Amino acid sequence: MSQHIVSEPLPDIQEVVTTGQRQFRRFNLNTIGVMTFLFVFTVYFLVPFFWLIVSSTKSQADLFGTFGLWFAPDFNLFTNLQQLFTFNDGIYARWLLNTLLYAGVGAVLGTFFASMAGYALAKYTFRGRNLAFSIILGAILVPATTLALPLYLLMSSVGLTNTYWSVLLPSLVSPFGVYLARIYAAAAVPDELLEAARIDGASEFGTFRIALHLMTPALVTILLFQFVAIWNNYFLPLVMLNDPNLFPITVGLQSWNVTTSNPSSGQTTYNLIVTGALLSSIPLLIGCIILQRFWRSGLGAGSVKG
Amino acid sequence: MDETARERSPPFKKSNGGDRSHQSPRIDRYNIVFVLMDSQGNVKERQLKEEKNRMALEVISRNSHPHAHRTFRRRAPAPYLFLMPFGLLFILFFIAPIVYAIYQSLFRSQRSGLGLGAPIVSFNGLANFADVLHDSNFSSGVGRVLLYGIVQVPVMLGLALILALFLDSAAARFKPFFRLAFFAPYAVPGIIAALLWGYLYDPALSPFVKGVQALGLPRPDFLGAGSVLWSIANIATWTYTGYNMLIIFAALQAIPTELYESARIDGGSGWYIAWHIKIPLVVPALVLTCIFSIIGTLQLFGEPQVLLPISNNISSSYTPVLYAYNTAFNYNNYNYAAALSVVLALVICVLSFGFLRVTQRQAGV
Repeated sequence: MSQHIVSEPLPDIQEVVTTGQRQFRRFNLNTIGVMTFLFVFTVYFLVPFFWLIVSSTKSQADLFGTFGLWFAPDFNLFTNLQQLFTFNDGIYARWLLNTLLYAGVGAVLGTFFASMAGYALAKYTFRGRNLAFSIILGAILVPATTLALPLYLLMSSVGLTNTYWSVLLPSLVSPFGVYLARIYAAAAVPDELLEAARIDGASEFGTFRIALHLMTPALVTILLFQFVAIWNNYFLPLVMLNDPNLFPITVGLQSWNVTTSNPSSGQTTYNLIVTGALLSSIPLLIGCIILQRFWRSGLGAGSVKG
Repeated sequence: MDETARERSPPFKKSNGGDRSHQSPRIDRYNIVFVLMDSQGNVKERQLKEEKNRMALEVISRNSHPHAHRTFRRRAPAPYLFLMPFGLLFILFFIAPIVYAIYQSLFRSQRSGLGLGAPIVSFNGLANFADVLHDSNFSSGVGRVLLYGIVQVPVMLGLALILALFLDSAAARFKPFFRLAFFAPYAVPGIIAALLWGYLYDPALSPFVKGVQALGLPRPDFLGAGSVLWSIANIATWTYTGYNMLIIFAALQAIPTELYESARIDGGSGWYIAWHIKIPLVVPALVLTCIFSIIGTLQLFGEPQVLLPISNNISSSYTPVLYAYNTAFNYNNYNYAAALSVVLALVICVLSFGFLRVTQRQAGV
């Protein structure tokens, strides 16, 4: 920021020294308090991860027999991983790929559609624009889970339930993405540029492609939002799908959990669930670390003008 | 420093170039006026610049309000074509289900005798809605998630706000590490977070239960009748605090530091600045996170569903969505489930919209 540019009236030297000392002491006390608070909550947020990592190295017996927050003498991670990927003909790998398909295709196409709609709402005036935008804003407030049940009824009446389409198609609709795209397009795409492009003979779609370049940070943000939302989605695929071969990771792991916690099933896969949960969290964790910058900028734009 | 923050801070003391975005609309307006005068006066110039003038005139004559030049020319089909892919999907997978749910909720299906044979579907008017409103399962579920929300949302957002303020203050060190540590739970899908915490609550597995017992203290019961709701609240708090913190943090970063400078020169402490400058300026971000949290809270489903097998204190109608789900898929009463969904969606919309109106009126957000 530009704080160093600000010129301020300098107090006389004596005063600078005393306030400086005072601030130094208070600053230290504050630092200790603040850092303690932050460390306590770091422990709160990270302990479950630590438990997950420790547990994924344990055999089923050690999971119950040893203290949860430290490693057992036997290091069982590779056995667990091998079991995880061979159990039920390697269905876990299939769940991972399904999740990647739903989230990847859903996020890319959804973002593209949202950016087109947002651009149209920001850069054109046309009949019904305000109505369209109000409806989209209202749609942000409509809870997704209450939509899933009617969607299931609708899909089953056209025989689309229990297919990839039944999860993929509803995932493409992101009213919040349109809202973000509209804000960004209004702020980041100057009208002069679009006018210039049109005078140079660009088609409306060509003009849009130029605008798209300026909207890139917004697009990455929308893409991330969509990707995480679909990756984490549980209710829609749970309602739509019956066939375990179509499950995403969330529904799959929970289906293992249901059979495991049912004593009559005779199948206990705690070690697989734990290892599977750890493994399925890694891609998103890495993605979040790499793309942190976009999270922050995008979230800021959404909230300040909201 | 991220782009948006720099853009939004007013260009104090900056020389040329810094405030380009602020100038361009004005320049643009002058251009249009200039072109207009030209076209009335000089005929040759007008012929030379014919295309440009025509468009500028068109804009000015067609739209009288000051932002008229924004829309260049009315290109009839283009905006509709751009809206079409989203709009089509939106109508098919957003509007249509709502309409269909309302339609379905006007009927009821009854199975005769032993439930064999095809069910008889008959028009039921608004009777399903009357049943929903008198359904004690539904109202106790709504009451439960409301109680949950009244406690969980303020705790979570308060914590998120404090963490964001601390990370924004000069007193904190290792900021990127903390930011990441707090945000990490968001990368875990909600249902998997519920599984994970379920194991941490389960007396057979939990290191906490075993640890406390090893110290000779009474065994904590995370899944008891009085505690399970708050165990669920803990899962949601763990998962979403970091996400909300990041939204608030982004809003804090967008505040121009000049605002703090003057307060600091006047002798304001860090607490003073936080309370009187920072918090009022992040109220819009808090309102946004609060609305999303309210919407999320009332849809509570995954966590109770995961804890249901290991706790005796979660019924099949523990939350409204769980109730609607079980009504549809365990009792096959789709019409009543549709009515439940419609009423729940209305309740959520009224609450979140009402909250928006109240905060807008009070804070002028």
